This record gives sequence, structure tokens and C-alpha cells, in this order.
Amino acid sequence: MSALERVRPSDPRIPVSPQLALRVAIIGGLAMVMFGVVFFRLWYLQVLSGEQYVQQANANRVRDLPIPAPRGQILDRAGQRIVASRTTNAVQVVPSALPPSGAPRAALYRRLGRLLGLSAGRIQALVIRGRSAVPYAPVTIKTDAGSGVLTVLAEQQSQFPGVVQQPVALRAYPYGDMAAQVLGYVGQVSKPELKLRAFQGVQQGTVVGQEGLEYYYDRYLRGEAGVQRVGVNAAGYPVPSKLAAKQPRAGHSLRVTLDLGLQKESEKALLEGIEHARASGKPANAGAFVALDPRNGQVLSIGSYPGFDPNKFAKPLTKAEYAKLQGSSVAGGPLTDRAVNGTYPTGSTFKPITAIGALESGVLDPNAGLGAGSCISVSTQQFCNAGHADYGAVSLVDALRVSSDTYFFEVGELANSHGDVIQSKARELGIGRKTGIDLPSEITGTVPDRKWRAKVAAAELTCERRKHVHSCGISDGRPWSVGDNMHLAVGQGDLVTSPLQMAVAYSTLANAYMNGGEGTVVTPHLGLEVDDSHGGLLQALTPPPARRVHLNPSDLSLVMAGIHDAASQPGGTSFDVWSGWDQSQHPVYGKTGTAQREPLEDQSWYMCYIGDPHRPIVIAVTVEQGGFGAETAAPVARLMASKWFGKPGKFVAGSSKTL
Amino acid sequence: MPLSPIRPTEEAPVSPPRALRLPLDPVLTLAIIGLGICSAVTLGAATRNLVPGRPNYYVERQATYLIVGFVLMLGLSRLDYARLRSAKNAIYAALILSILAVLALGHAARGSTRAINFPFFSFQASELGKVLLIVALAAFVAERTRALRERDTTVRVMIAALIPAMFVIVQPDLGSGMVYMVVAYVLLFVAGASWRHLAGLAALVAVSVAFVLVAAPAAGVHVLKPYQTARLTAFLHPSSNPQKEGYQQQESKIAIGAGQKTGRGANSSQIPNGFVPESHTDFIFAAVGEQYGFVGAGLVLLLYGLLISRALRVLVMSKDLFGSLIAAGVAAMLMFQVFVNVGMTIGIMPITGVTLPLMSYGGSSVITTLLAVGLLQSIYVQARASAALKDRVLRY
Repeated sequence: MSALERVRPSDPRIPVSPQLALRVAIIGGLAMVMFGVVFFRLWYLQVLSGEQYVQQANANRVRDLPIPAPRGQILDRAGQRIVASRTTNAVQVVPSALPPSGAPRAALYRRLGRLLGLSAGRIQALVIRGRSAVPYAPVTIKTDAGSGVLTVLAEQQSQFPGVVQQPVALRAYPYGDMAAQVLGYVGQVSKPELKLRAFQGVQQGTVVGQEGLEYYYDRYLRGEAGVQRVGVNAAGYPVPSKLAAKQPRAGHSLRVTLDLGLQKESEKALLEGIEHARASGKPANAGAFVALDPRNGQVLSIGSYPGFDPNKFAKPLTKAEYAKLQGSSVAGGPLTDRAVNGTYPTGSTFKPITAIGALESGVLDPNAGLGAGSCISVSTQQFCNAGHADYGAVSLVDALRVSSDTYFFEVGELANSHGDVIQSKARELGIGRKTGIDLPSEITGTVPDRKWRAKVAAAELTCERRKHVHSCGISDGRPWSVGDNMHLAVGQGDLVTSPLQMAVAYSTLANAYMNGGEGTVVTPHLGLEVDDSHGGLLQALTPPPARRVHLNPSDLSLVMAGIHDAASQPGGTSFDVWSGWDQSQHPVYGKTGTAQREPLEDQSWYMCYIGDPHRPIVIAVTVEQGGFGAETAAPVARLMASKWFGKPGKFVAGSSKTL
Repeated sequence: MPLSPIRPTEEAPVSPPRALRLPLDPVLTLAIIGLGICSAVTLGAATRNLVPGRPNYYVERQATYLIVGFVLMLGLSRLDYARLRSAKNAIYAALILSILAVLALGHAARGSTRAINFPFFSFQASELGKVLLIVALAAFVAERTRALRERDTTVRVMIAALIPAMFVIVQPDLGSGMVYMVVAYVLLFVAGASWRHLAGLAALVAVSVAFVLVAAPAAGVHVLKPYQTARLTAFLHPSSNPQKEGYQQQESKIAIGAGQKTGRGANSSQIPNGFVPESHTDFIFAAVGEQYGFVGAGLVLLLYGLLISRALRVLVMSKDLFGSLIAAGVAAMLMFQVFVNVGMTIGIMPITGVTLPLMSYGGSSVITTLLAVGLLQSIYVQARASAALKDRVLRY
């Protein structure tokens, strides 16, 4: 070994003791094993299972937020907009971006509350509710905040962490309370609703129809929500990312049978009638109207007073506000659609139905003079005309013209011995059964007969036994009597029906009259067609008639003549209401009614069919506690008819004091 | 043939010993520079969103720590480590006192008292303690060369490590405490302690772990805080409680797995979006795995392999036992930390709060590791110098 090599050993070869060599080798071996394990594990995680972990990572960071679909509009029969969506600014809270719960968050709620005029507790409640409805989605705190509020929020963003402004679409009802009960309103789908068939496939948080047409045709109107895929970090904050979104599909438009002009005029007319009744000291607290096309059941106008503004439902309602709208279970509140769900006796407007029932079954000879005197007695009971008037013995046509109660009491007495002849005809024409209208609810009503009385007596007995009380108030338990049939004959007693059912029955009489006795019981409907968002027809809505009826043409023409005389001949109950009306151009077949509802004031009714080769119309008007039919309801019907036929409208109160 | 004793020089003049011109182990230096770059690159991507408005906050600070540490390493490599031997008592005292000072003065950060805050730097005594302990124990063992196989040596060394370990575990810094014990064990192992003692110690550890994790809690005595126990055992059943202890590890595995072969790069979501807590410190390997995939993780592991193999190489080439023991301690520290930390991020080791040397963000950890590497460099330099100048070989 040269000295040089010793001086510069390229790599000192150190003789190491075997002991150290072994132990260092063990450490080195251990290190190699450890690295081997780590490499194997990495290979397993990254190369063998990588795909699966990529999916998990993507699931981690992506949240699907619904993009609400613009809700379809509701248009009248001519295509004029009745319900639309309106874009407004909403102040929203992004729950994940809020400061930590506790003092900082409470302080934010207080600041925000002061700005928006809400209590901090209310904001907190809204956030909690919204969060449970749709996790991760922003919660709307206030819509239509003034521009001042929005400016403050924009300028002092740092003072309001987690508070954002967002344009949102709100349902707008530009005509306020017009046809409110029929149009309905919208609201976020509730948890129980999500389980209903009607809301299959609806995502939480979606705004859906809650009442009326908005509910009934919701599946067409609501469209399909889009999906926005939002990247989020571990804290749930949205982070910028390029993720595909599914665009929402706008809801279809619903064209309805309503005529906007007639609807507006009808509401105005009803209000005028109510004011008129009030001026003469009647409570006139509520009322309703329906106008049908008697040929096909299209609802031309429909309304119920008192009304409400469905725009209110666009924002959260308090419980007290809602309770006020709902009213008591007995009288009903503004939410009750009295045209469809009112439960009323009809008074004399029922007489044409009694007449046709008695004629068709051969019980009544239309030419026989009946009803002489001001009262008739059956067993111990007295049945009298209103104001104890005496019309003498009259034929059917005259009895209808003057609305002789004694005549129809006698008809009822006669018919009673022949079974349920009046009842079966009334049911055939559509009274006491659901009409099938395209609304979420309607009453069934009652046409009282022997079976019905036995049934309620049994129910009363069961109830008394179960509850151990003297009376449940369902029935007094007495059997069917001739008096029951006599009351029914004049639309009183236990008869329960709605303006809509009456309009269907009159429509049946009217279309049978037009077609020589071959009538159809129309299915009243509001939906006319479903259009796409550009107005193209997707589906026409033409519900078939409920059934066909055959009426003897000569019987029918007698009844129609009677009610035509009532509106057009001197002595007719609504003769003076139609003074100046061109009866040759648009013959009016009208019947007044004054339903007695002790202890309330009488309920004013008017039913009429007005002939026209192209646009016949059947009108039903009723005003609760509105007095005589001729006095309050009939003038409303005339105003509606004037609008429909383009005549100058005039409120002419009739003087007839018949029931 | 001329009789002149002076032969004409045909050869080139003798150059100065290369060891003196190359004052550092090139492989070791390359490994730490590589790891430093990996750390900065990974942190740059992983911590973009951590401090709003300052995407480079962590990178800049980590780069500062790396540079300061590198300078300290250079300085230490110029020193003869043998001088530290005589200061062993002072070093050990400094170790104990600094740890006690942290306990006394340190601020409570996330339930732990591990650091003293200075204006620019929060000082973690338990980290620096690793190097201090290595030097002190190595000196202690080297002094008992004649009694290496005695039980007394084994017991004293273990106790000398156990005292600071207990203090840091109380802080609580379980990870550093475990490093202390592993360092002491490996020092004994390399120094030549008897197999019987070593096996006995291993058995004792096994029994203690069983006692601390199973028997004592069952008896109502909690040696470790409940969260520590939960963390330690969470990796055994990762999906049982994904919202708590298992969450971090589960998300870390998802991050690494999602990195696949070549990483997700700018598409990374787990780390930038904060699904893996502490992804800039203890869980930085998850950031490497997600962003650079198997290739990136493999590169980092290779650099560690280089570092550890070089530490073992320095161990065997050291001119004396003291140097070998220091190298053994450093190698043990690096191996333990790398394996436990990486194992924790890939779900095969419990979560113990051990940093990944040089990669994890944090001044104390970076500077401690570089000081340890500085010691290796010093041993290397001294070994080269003595071998070159005196042709001295290591006698053992």
C-alpha cells in the first residue's frame, strides 16, 4: 500500500466488529422491511384502490343543491296572465358560512334583525327550519327587502358574514284576492307531503301548490328542479370549481276556463250585492258565485267572499295569521271556497228540481191547480207561504213564476207517498254528490230521504251510547215524515248542497232543454289546457260528462217556461230585477231563493240559465244572511250576465219577498 | 542507475486530502436538500387556502426554517462533535430544564402545552430535546464502554430517557416521548447491550402498552387521556367512528388513494379543501400522496431511504463509539418518525402526533432534524479527516 493511497482513501474501509455489523445489519434490515411495508401499502391504496378513493374524494367535496324550476303561469281562457312568477331579491343566510354558534352568531342575528326589522329569535328559527329542510342550501330570511337594506348589506359585507343577496322567483298573484280560493297558493313542500303520491319525485325544499289549482295541477306547473353541483370544503363552504350543472325545466303553463273580465266583474258584483244587503241592515257576511257554460261545464267565473291575498303565502305566515285565514270550523274563513265547499239549503231555487222529479215520475199533473190558501196543514203542522201570501190554486208554470210555497208543499206531500221521486231526480241532476271539479276538495252534500234519516238516527244513537250523553246533535232521532219531504220540495229542511252543485243541476236542465230532453250532467272544470312555456298546446283538458240524463221534453219545457216567466213576466219573482233586459235576444230562466237558516238571517239565492246560441251561461249566486233572493243575489247575477253579454251593467234590486 | 536518494518527481504534486475539500457527505446533503424542496413544493399546494389572502404564508416560513436549519447544520458540521462529550451533563440538564420550562411557561395550544412563544418563533422543547437526548445518552453510554453488557447500564440509560419522556408525555406530546424511548433502546442495541436485556425491555414495553390501553382503563385508571387512547386505537377500526378519531385517518387514506399513480395535481380536493386536518404538519404525507400520487410519495420515501441508509453508513464509519452512538440515535429517530408518521397517514399506524422530518411544517421539527443531520455531517467529516490524515481505523 503506497503512502498516497493511505492519504486519500476513496472510501474508508472500516473493519467493523462482527457484533456491530450484525446489529447495524438488523437495523438496516428492519428499515428495509418498514419501507417495503409502506411501499406495498401505498401501492395498494394508490394503484389498486385508487379509483374507489377518487370517488370517495369527489363525494366528499361535491354537494348537490337544487336549482328551483320557474313555476308555470296560470292564464285565463283568452291567454291573459292570472298567476305569474316574479323575481325579487332575497336576503339569505348560508348556514355553513355563519360565525361560530354562541355569542358571535347571536350578535350577527341581532345586527341582521335590526336591519331587516325581525327579531334575532325569528331569524334563528328560520335558519334552523331551513337547514333541516335542505341541508347546505341558503336559507331565505326576507324577500322584498328595500334597496336601502341591500345597499347596507353590500357595503358592510364584513359585518354580515354568511349573509348573501340572491334573486329568487316568487309566486305573484297580480289580481290579489281575485279567485284566491280557486287559484290556491304555494309553499315549500312539507315532510308529510313528500310522502304523498301527488308529490312523488319532489325534492325537499321545493315550492309546490298547497291549495286550489296550484295544488291540483302542481305536477304540470312545478317543472323539474335543476341540480347545481357545488364544490365544498371540509367546513361546508362553497369553493370555486368547474362542475356540471343540470338546468331546471320550467313548469308548464295552465290555461284555465275562467274569463278574466267576467271574473273581475263577478267579484265586483258580489261585493256590490253584499254592500247593498248590508245597507238594508243584513249581516251579509259571506257569499259565493259560479258561472258555468252549461254545454260543457267550463267554469267561466267562480268566487267566494271573504277572500284573501295569496301573495301573503309567498312569505312565511305566522300561526295567528293563518288561523285568521282559516276561520272557525263552522262558519269557515277566507280560505273556505264557499262556491265549492259551502254547505247550504237552497230555498226556492230547488223548486224546478222538485217539479221535474214530480213530473217525470207522474206524481204531478202540471195543469192541476194546487196550493190554494196561504197555509196548508199536514197533521198538526202548518206550512205557509212567506208573508202568508195567497196565490190561489195555480198550475205548475204559475207556481214557479210566483214561487208558491204552498203549491210545492203539496207536491212534496204528494211525492212522499211515491217514495224518493224528488230525491232520486235531484241526485241524478247532480245534487248531493261530488261534481268532479278539478279542485282539491268539494263537499258531497245531502239530499235527505228515508234511508238518510234512519242512518243519522242510528249514528246519533251510537254516539250517545259511546259518549254517555243525552244528545250528540246529529239527529233528533225521529223517523222520516211527510213534513221532511215537504221541506225538501221547497229546498229547505235537511238539504245540503253548494252553489256549484246547483249550477251543475241547472246546466243539466239547460243543456237537456237545448237538446230536446237529452241532457248531460257536465263535469265542471277549471283546467282548459296545459301549454308549454311558449304557449304550445301540450294537453287539452276536457273531462267527460258525469252521465247522461233523459228528460221528457214536454215536462222540461213546462219547468223552463215557469222559470222563464219568473224572470220575464209580471208577478215573476225576479221580473223587476231583469227590467230592461232583452229577453228575446237572451232569454233568462231564473229562480230566486231565500233559504231560511234559523237563527241566522235568510240566505239569498239566485239561479239562472241565460240562453244564447254561442255563449249560454248558467249563473249561481248566494249571499249568506243576505235577505231575499230577489233583493240581493238576483241583481248580482244580472250584473254578471250583463258583463258576459256585453250589456251595460246595472244593479237592480228586486222587490219579491218570496222564499 | 543514479544513486541519488532524490528521485526526480514525475508524478503530480500531492493534492490536499479530498475530505477537507468536501466538508459534507454529498449523499446526505443531497437527501436533505431534496426533502426540503419536496416540503416547500407540497406545502405550496397544500396550504394555498389556509391563511386567507396569503397563499404563500406557510411556504415562506418553512423555507426560512429550512435555511436557518441548513446554516446551523453547516455550522455544526464544522464542529468536532467529540467536544460535546464532555458537556453531557450540561446537555442533559438543558434537556430537562427546557422541557420543564415549557411545562411551566408554555401556553396551552389545543389542549397541549408544548411550546414557548417567542416573537417570531414558538419553541417546542420536546423537539430539540430529541437531539439533546441523543448526544447526552451517547456520551453516557460511551463512558461506560467497559460496562455495556451490565444490567446497570441498561437500566440507567432507560431511566435517563424515561424521565424526559414522562415530562413530554405529560405536556402531552406522546410522539416525542416515544421517540426518546426508541432512541435509548436503539443506542443500547447498537452499543452492544445483552440480548437478554433487550428482549426484557421489549417484553416490558408490550406489557406496559397492554396495561395502559386495556387493563388500566378497565380498572378505572387513565394513564393516557381518553382522546389519546382513542387515537391510538382508532386505526384498528377505521370506519367505526368516522366522525371522530377515525375521521382524520380515513380522510387521509382517501386523499392518498385518490392520488393514484401520478397524483391529482390541481384537481386535488381533499387537501386544499381541508378534509384532512393538520395536512401541513403531521399529515403532510397525505398532501404528497394526493397531489403527486405514488410517484411523488415514492420519491419522498426514496429520499428518506437515502437519508437513513446514509445515517447507518455514518454509524459504521465513525471514528469512535460516541459518534457511532450519535449516528445510531439519529438513525433511530428518523426511522421511527418516518415510519410512524407515514404509517399513520396510510392507516397502518396509530395517530401519535409524530412529525415527518423536514417535510412537516414547523420550525422546531425542521431545525431539530437539521441539527441531527449536522451531527451526522460532523461525524462524517471527522471520520474522513482522521482516516485520511492518520489512517486510523475504527477500533471497537
